[in-house]
Amino acid sequence: MKIDQMTMEDIRSGLDTKKFTAKELVQSVYKKISEVEDQVEAYITLSEEEAYKKAEEIDTAIEQGEVLGPLAGIPIAIKDNICTEGIKTTCASKMLEDFIPPYDATVVKKLKDAGAIIIGKTNMDEFAMGSSTENSAFKVTKNPWRLDRVPGGSSGGSAAAVAAGMAFMALGSDTGGSIRQPAAFCGVVGLKPTYGLVSRYGLVAFASSLDQIGPITKSVKDCALTLDVIHGFDPKDGTTKSVKNATSYLNEIEKGIEGLRIAIPREFFPSTLDSQITNEIMESMFMLKGLGATIDEISLPITEEGLSAYYIISSAEASSNLGRFDGIKYGYRSDEYEDIEELVLNARTEGFGKETKRRIMLGTYTLTSGYYDAYYNRAQKVREKIKQQFNDIFKKYDLIISPTSPVLPFPIGEKIGNPLDMYLSDIYTISANLTGLPAISLPCGFCMEGLPIGLQIIGGPFSESKILRAAYALEQELGLGNGVAVIKEAKR
Amino acid sequence: MKWETVIGIEIHAELKTKSKIFCGCPTDFGGDVNKQTCPICLGLPGSLPRLNKEVVNLAIKAGLALNCKINNVSKMDRKNYFYADLPKAYQISQYDYPVCTGGYVDIDLDGEKKRIRINRIHIEEDPGKLIHLQDEPFTLVDYNRSGVALIEIVTEADLRSPLEAVQYAKTIKSILEYENISDCRMEEGSLRCDANISIREHGDARLNTKVELKNINSFKELQKALEKEESRQRELYDFNESYKVIQETRRWDSSKGRTISMRKKEDAHDYRYFAEPDIPKLVVDDETIRQIEETLTELPSDKKARFIEDYKLTEKEAEILVGEKSLADYFEEVIKFGLSPKLIANWVLGDLMKLLKVQDTNIGSIPIKAQDISELLKLIEKGDISGKIAKDVLEEMFNTGKEPTIIIEEKGLKQISQGNVLEVIVDTVLEGNIKSIEDYKAGKEQALTFLMGQVMKETKGQANPVMAKEMLLNKIKIV
Repeated sequence: MKIDQMTMEDIRSGLDTKKFTAKELVQSVYKKISEVEDQVEAYITLSEEEAYKKAEEIDTAIEQGEVLGPLAGIPIAIKDNICTEGIKTTCASKMLEDFIPPYDATVVKKLKDAGAIIIGKTNMDEFAMGSSTENSAFKVTKNPWRLDRVPGGSSGGSAAAVAAGMAFMALGSDTGGSIRQPAAFCGVVGLKPTYGLVSRYGLVAFASSLDQIGPITKSVKDCALTLDVIHGFDPKDGTTKSVKNATSYLNEIEKGIEGLRIAIPREFFPSTLDSQITNEIMESMFMLKGLGATIDEISLPITEEGLSAYYIISSAEASSNLGRFDGIKYGYRSDEYEDIEELVLNARTEGFGKETKRRIMLGTYTLTSGYYDAYYNRAQKVREKIKQQFNDIFKKYDLIISPTSPVLPFPIGEKIGNPLDMYLSDIYTISANLTGLPAISLPCGFCMEGLPIGLQIIGGPFSESKILRAAYALEQELGLGNGVAVIKEAKR
Repeated sequence: MKWETVIGIEIHAELKTKSKIFCGCPTDFGGDVNKQTCPICLGLPGSLPRLNKEVVNLAIKAGLALNCKINNVSKMDRKNYFYADLPKAYQISQYDYPVCTGGYVDIDLDGEKKRIRINRIHIEEDPGKLIHLQDEPFTLVDYNRSGVALIEIVTEADLRSPLEAVQYAKTIKSILEYENISDCRMEEGSLRCDANISIREHGDARLNTKVELKNINSFKELQKALEKEESRQRELYDFNESYKVIQETRRWDSSKGRTISMRKKEDAHDYRYFAEPDIPKLVVDDETIRQIEETLTELPSDKKARFIEDYKLTEKEAEILVGEKSLADYFEEVIKFGLSPKLIANWVLGDLMKLLKVQDTNIGSIPIKAQDISELLKLIEKGDISGKIAKDVLEEMFNTGKEPTIIIEEKGLKQISQGNVLEVIVDTVLEGNIKSIEDYKAGKEQALTFLMGQVMKETKGQANPVMAKEMLLNKIKIV
């Protein structure tokens, strides 16, 4: 087996049986990067020095027969809005171009403690705002399956890095679908955990009440393995919760789905939906039924209202969270200014990209006293209503299944000039953020053009175990390369 | 026209917590610039606040001391505004659901009580501190204060004069000190007042346009600023109706002795408040509130009444003793040793206070143990030392912290009361002053005083004055 097609599971056994060393592994990853990164452009920063240092530590530990962490020696990547001590964390923004955090995010610390090796920081839409990774201040990441297509966003760099074999796991952040949608576009597995299951400490906030960190991996098992490491109560994040009977997600994964009640919302399959997406999802559905699940069609009506509520709330919080970037305390400072007001004005005008500024303005406006009730307050009410709807559904059902995205990976540049069109690509994913519910996207097939199609499974609060079980059962049934997605060589 | 002044006060008090409101950084005053900081209180990207439980408990305690309703559920909000000393570009505060609502405090106006209603008490964080350099085109920021925990106590517009306002502020200060909620060191900015003031015609029920005076940090300045603003507004109304007071924020310039406009209402900020998503709702159960209530100590007004009642002190004595909690505590500690409260009050308020003043020492750090001062007072009562010598001994105790008996022993200050010792001295004095004896016999009373003085001189003041006088008189008659 070629190293870049391995899963984390394969690597752990390879290291344990001394088929290769961690150093060799890291070397092979950087070799792969040197071959394909020019075309894919998934990374903003590579951290080779740190990676080799860590690999040597791991190899020494293996030689001395020490007990290793569950991710020991596994090369991973981190989305560039998650703080890494001593490694640049730019949020793909000019504003933070040179920001080197003096501390690690809690998830990064946990990954390091588990022995993972950080290969680099991945490209993204600026401050995680976007659905295509075209809003980066530095580069446009390409979809490894077809280089003229977007990888999705905003965690497009993370999804592309995993899909192209340039990392075995990459962390993403998901505010409205930013893990699941790029995972779907790149044919990999992406999980947005329940809000509060994984610490947000060290994630540069976009919309604090919606943001959640999660893994992007090649297989469902790898996803469960990562979640085992990164989840749990963090005293540094007041919104995290300790999960009762926190068992190993990995240990539960093969328990099957016999008797699980699955709901399909008919509103997610409008007649305008690409028939290839409909077909692939339906086929998966029948597979799940064959494995012992029951399937019912249900109604989940207010998806478009939800989209509006999502953009109002996320932009409002973003306008507040990004207030601190003033060109004085951090990063980008304009060369030309007369006084402090002009300094801040120019720094923000030149330091932020178009989409970020659009959302700051939208958010500021909707929070302004005269408009607060008409927009922000109403959006919160819609959010409550959606929560109620999902609550009702999860009284009767275990899981909801839908397409991850209403569209296939679209050509680079196609939607960038039309933000409203771009926003629509999140329509199936935002509900999980507004409600805080866990949701996974996994590949369920390919369209005629060879582009991946993603299937989304949403569960009740803290039902990650159930979601992973269903996803794993489906993955096995689909026979996606013995749990390994087939990575095509990037086209030249 | 007869004008009535209407004042409402907002008091910001720094809570006495060891660490800041959202992180573990220390809150000590005067540390090296920017040393007491971390990613959280600096608002670094990715950092998150975590609410210090002690802050909530102290805010609840303040609410209970001020007769407020403690809300079982409250929440933190973001108040968004840009200012150089505010690292996140928003302040975490409480907006529509504060932790305490609707209380009151009684203030004492020349023996008469007046009830001032409290509208709310909420929790918030302090920003950093700007250091404006003289003659330099830039400003430095010290973030040591950033994230220090505050409560803001807001009154209804119940105050009717600058004097009432000051009396109110003093009352709050003493309650916060008593309950160990805040240090209330105004010179360090741990207690600051904002005052809203307007005037209206007597009998008018509606409030008139108000002016807000910001960040006043001494009672003297508060009174001066309010008096000045009061007369400024009166002059405006008296001069011509068309020169109306405009709603604005003014600051007090103590060197110029006037208030100066900072910003008008037109550019008043829209803070774009919304619920802080990083901090879960504050839920406090009744049991917790009850437990905090148990930690409340006697309030100064109650203590004063008790001192007058139980110890038969005068109004004035009680007021001075109660004025500083540590003084009142000291007083009561001495009482435990079974002396007359009146005698203790005399010594504490007289000689001890004088020493404290001269040495510029706080009663909290007084080196004399309560047991030692009670020992000293017992020695006077027993007649072992004279009151005069006791004053010297007290000073020595103050300076060295030694026990009184040791000082008396070392310096040989014990009163001479043994008849035979005293007799020898009296005889010597009489032998050397035959003329004075004759003078006394001739009716010159002051001759006796002179002889007493000589006895005291010979004994270095240690002679028991009653015994010495009796002995002199007896011997003069014999001679």
